[in-house]
Amino acid sequence: MASASIARSPWLKTLALLAAVATFAGCKKEPAAPTAGGNTPAAATAGEIVIGHYGSLTGGQATFGRSTDEGILLAVNEVNAAGGLEVAGVKRKVKLVSEDTESKAEKAGDVVRKLISKDNVVAVLGEVASSITLEGAPVAQRAKIPTITPSSTNTTVTEVGDYVFRVCFIDPFQGYAGAKFVREQLKLTKAALLVDKSSAYSDQLSKEFAQAFQSMGGTIVATADYTQGEKDFNTRLTSLREKGPELIYIPGYYTEVANIAIQARALGMNIPLMGGDGWDSEDLAKNGGAAIEGTFYTNHYAPDNPTPAITAFVTKYGAAYNGKVPDGLAALGYDAANVLFASIKTAGTTEGPKLRDAIAQTKGFVGVTGTITIDANRNAVKPIVVLERKNNAWVYRATIEPK
Amino acid sequence: MDQLLQAIKDSITIGCLYALIALGYTMVYGILKFINFAHSDVVVIGALSTAVLGERMLHKLAPGATAAWYYGPLLLLLAILICSTVAFTVERLAYRPLRRAPRLNVLITAIGVSLLLQNAGQLKFLFGTEPHPVPMLIDQTATIFTVLGVKFRWLDLAIIGTAIIFMVALDYLVFHTKIGRGMRAVSHDTRIASLMGVPVDRIISFTFITGAALAAAGGFLYALRYQTVTQPADTGWALLGLKAFVAAVVGGIGNIRGAVLGALAIACVENFGAAYLHPGYTDVYVFVILILVLLFRPGGILGKAVVEKV
Amino acid sequence: MPTHVLVARAALPFLVSLLLALLLHFGVARFLDDYDRGLVMSVGINIMLAVSLTMVNGFTGQFSIGHAGFLGVGGYVAGAVTYATSLKLYGDLETRGSMLSGTSLNVDPATLSWFGQGDLLFVASLLAGGCAAALIGYVVGLPSLRLRGDYLAIVTLGFGEIVRVLIQRTDKTAALQAWDRVHPGVPAPEGVSRVFAIENSVLDPATGLSQTTYTAVSDANWFEIAPRVGGSLGFSAVPDYTSIFWVVLFAGVTIAVASRIKRSTFGRAFLSIREDEIASEAMGVDTVRYKVRAFVIAAFFAGLAGGLFAHFKSMNPNEIGFARSFDIVIMVVLGGLGSISGASIAAIIVTLLPEWLRGLDQYRMIIWALALILMMIFRPQGLLGVREIWDKALWQGLVRFIKREKSSPKAGGGA
Repeated sequence: MASASIARSPWLKTLALLAAVATFAGCKKEPAAPTAGGNTPAAATAGEIVIGHYGSLTGGQATFGRSTDEGILLAVNEVNAAGGLEVAGVKRKVKLVSEDTESKAEKAGDVVRKLISKDNVVAVLGEVASSITLEGAPVAQRAKIPTITPSSTNTTVTEVGDYVFRVCFIDPFQGYAGAKFVREQLKLTKAALLVDKSSAYSDQLSKEFAQAFQSMGGTIVATADYTQGEKDFNTRLTSLREKGPELIYIPGYYTEVANIAIQARALGMNIPLMGGDGWDSEDLAKNGGAAIEGTFYTNHYAPDNPTPAITAFVTKYGAAYNGKVPDGLAALGYDAANVLFASIKTAGTTEGPKLRDAIAQTKGFVGVTGTITIDANRNAVKPIVVLERKNNAWVYRATIEPK
Repeated sequence: MDQLLQAIKDSITIGCLYALIALGYTMVYGILKFINFAHSDVVVIGALSTAVLGERMLHKLAPGATAAWYYGPLLLLLAILICSTVAFTVERLAYRPLRRAPRLNVLITAIGVSLLLQNAGQLKFLFGTEPHPVPMLIDQTATIFTVLGVKFRWLDLAIIGTAIIFMVALDYLVFHTKIGRGMRAVSHDTRIASLMGVPVDRIISFTFITGAALAAAGGFLYALRYQTVTQPADTGWALLGLKAFVAAVVGGIGNIRGAVLGALAIACVENFGAAYLHPGYTDVYVFVILILVLLFRPGGILGKAVVEKV
Repeated sequence: MPTHVLVARAALPFLVSLLLALLLHFGVARFLDDYDRGLVMSVGINIMLAVSLTMVNGFTGQFSIGHAGFLGVGGYVAGAVTYATSLKLYGDLETRGSMLSGTSLNVDPATLSWFGQGDLLFVASLLAGGCAAALIGYVVGLPSLRLRGDYLAIVTLGFGEIVRVLIQRTDKTAALQAWDRVHPGVPAPEGVSRVFAIENSVLDPATGLSQTTYTAVSDANWFEIAPRVGGSLGFSAVPDYTSIFWVVLFAGVTIAVASRIKRSTFGRAFLSIREDEIASEAMGVDTVRYKVRAFVIAAFFAGLAGGLFAHFKSMNPNEIGFARSFDIVIMVVLGGLGSISGASIAAIIVTLLPEWLRGLDQYRMIIWALALILMMIFRPQGLLGVREIWDKALWQGLVRFIKREKSSPKAGGGA
């Protein structure tokens, strides 16, 4: 009786199906990864050095991912044009594998697993958004593959583990630099905050700005928040206006900032607005038009800052991508790739643990975005620049040195 | 005090936008008894075509300058044309084959159409994912008068005025013309209407075109007000459509005047909630109102409770 | 039928799920790399989501499009329970599993036991997540299931959005803090890069400055820890207990329970509601009660799936909105409204196909949308309809269809 019901049991067949699928997936891919550890067995030979990049090539933050990818690709092409990367006396070509996260944190884990298991990358570069890096970085950490994030500025990112590095500044410093600029150069004392509550980046930056600003003798007179994708800020701007701020600090992304600026000007608020590197996109000026005149933001670099590294980079980038002016994310992607290459050279190997140690010892690396030193917490210590919108152009205004 | 005034002003202008969109939902629901999920995507197409066509036509315009007056109506007309074509095609290809299918299937198809329009629009050769700026069709800062620090701009007048013109026109169309009588007949009982010689299929097509024209106007005014339009696959647009649908339900689904009333009510809930409770939870307020209305007055403000016939 | 046979029959599906889970975990998984193992787990979780939604959208014919909300509730609750308990019990967030779920501690895998303390914690939090989702399902379902189909769709959609907004806004700074932020000036002990402390900002009324203080987690109470899982940065600090074993086990249980329900009196009532609500009410079926039951059961399994997800990937409020819900709806509709095996197959296809067709990312959703529309026009009941792949009728129908196809050219030749 019982055996008859087993034969008829429907779930049994479905589960068998599941097993078949798993087996199928296994058989199909098995040859690609002979060892089940996920480490880098292929890297020992003198072939190509494979590095991975995971970024938002499609989706809401597509412009970020694409810029970063272009920057990294430029660095890779440069190395290959010079005959390859010299590792322990042998010149080896570098191959870049870029994978798309669709701007979703959920995808990041899968994509990093793929880069490590299938493509056998020696190191991973990526993501821009901290929330996505926080999903991808632990995977690489477990596999003992170093990660360098070009532009995730949230402090928690490098706290994931000792294989996670960054070449950008962290939000506390960005908030501090913004506050310092407002207090010392603009000499304003009353600021209001308009925070994007759906973004951890915005949240942390606003807190750090407020803390630094208050400790420098300024006051935060009002705070309001919004979520990404919103279009109407009139009510919030009106409530801010009532408190009479001299400046509004808006640590959000360019998509909303353009609308905020337009609506603030329409409400007659002609005070300066200030933000962070989330403003860094051509589209801000395109969409904001005249409304963003008299605004400031802290950024990784200023294309018109006349240092040799920047001029050379801007020329090379323009030549490679139809005369495009590189944004900060492209510059950071370029720097992240070059820090990695320099570390591979000094390590003389592509083994994870040794490469990790070499990256950790990076000191005084002259990059496009300033001189980079990696500190004990695997964060980059570097200066920050402030850009100002003047006569329909972003111009370099000031450099704030690290604390 | 100026916060109150600002909230009232915003409620009216945003309410007008919602109303234009809500009318499309309510008209389709009235006739075919399903939620046209793709309606909000027609609104997006209206807004995006305004932005993209405007960009093409006015790329020589100096930054900060205002375009000549006739560009506004011209772009509005083009947006209406594009949206109507899209809605007509969608009805013809996706909804008409399902005329006799269960409502659930039509609803799923509508979700499919919505996903299709949304994601096709993101292709690089169509609208892409980057934000599109809208040229200055009307001087953003020109004010008519200022009361207690609250500015009343020509822009607000343009939005409210355009919306009212469209709503009055629709009211006339539905209640005072032959085709409007046909629409009402089909909405009352499709089968009997067809027995009485009403060309049901043509009426339905016409309803979709009218709804799309209103959606296009909504999209156009949206572009006018917010200056930038993006096509992300995320919540922003779908929420706009959803809120308009909520407005239609709150006003009494299938009732044209109810939709306008519901839209104003929803806009008030949002703006007063943002001004006096907490600005972060506007979506929550709207859905809580929806659930309350459905529980205590399922027919909506102007609708009457429907008992399903056996 | 003797009692022991009945008991055996009742326990059998679960035993087989267990065996299969063990087989896959220790057998097949050995040949898979990290990425493939991840895919198998994603597939399993999506099967749970699709099958659970089938109980509402397929069996009872209601239309819920806020299923991701339950995934969110379950995931956040289960994640929070593991998170807080780990912090309180162990003071860290390491995975302390067994051979079934692995460990992140520096332990020789051969010395792991069959079932560890960590597994117990994990299963308990999964159940907590499932129950929380079921409870929310009841609260949402009770009023809204009195409404007609399309209103229900809107209410569930709205519910999903409310969950998303609320989670996004429940945010305090995460409890993980770097050592030097908590103990400024004090060198960290060997190997410690972070410490677990709760950050509090207090506005000092005298100076007007905000003062930040830190409390060690061991001194904090549960209510201080709980809100720290929300926020827009996502919730990624949950120990990774989820393994192929647990996913396959729970997916098997979900399928077993769903097919049991489908063939029971209970399930007949569900199907009668789907076919004709008014008629089934007339036949004495308490439609609202049955609809709520289906909703609660579905929410429970979606919550379980959410728990597995939280212990595998990270929870992010932006990714439990209706884009995610629509993904699940696509699986259910393509597979066949009411078919458990159909939903499972669709879940496998919808999860794996885009992975194999990388590079076509921008066309992914367009393909699914077109598939959805064409399916509704040409085969509205979905791939399998209410049938299951183990139903004889399905195969008989297929054989008949093939025979007819074969015979028709002959007929054409004769004429």
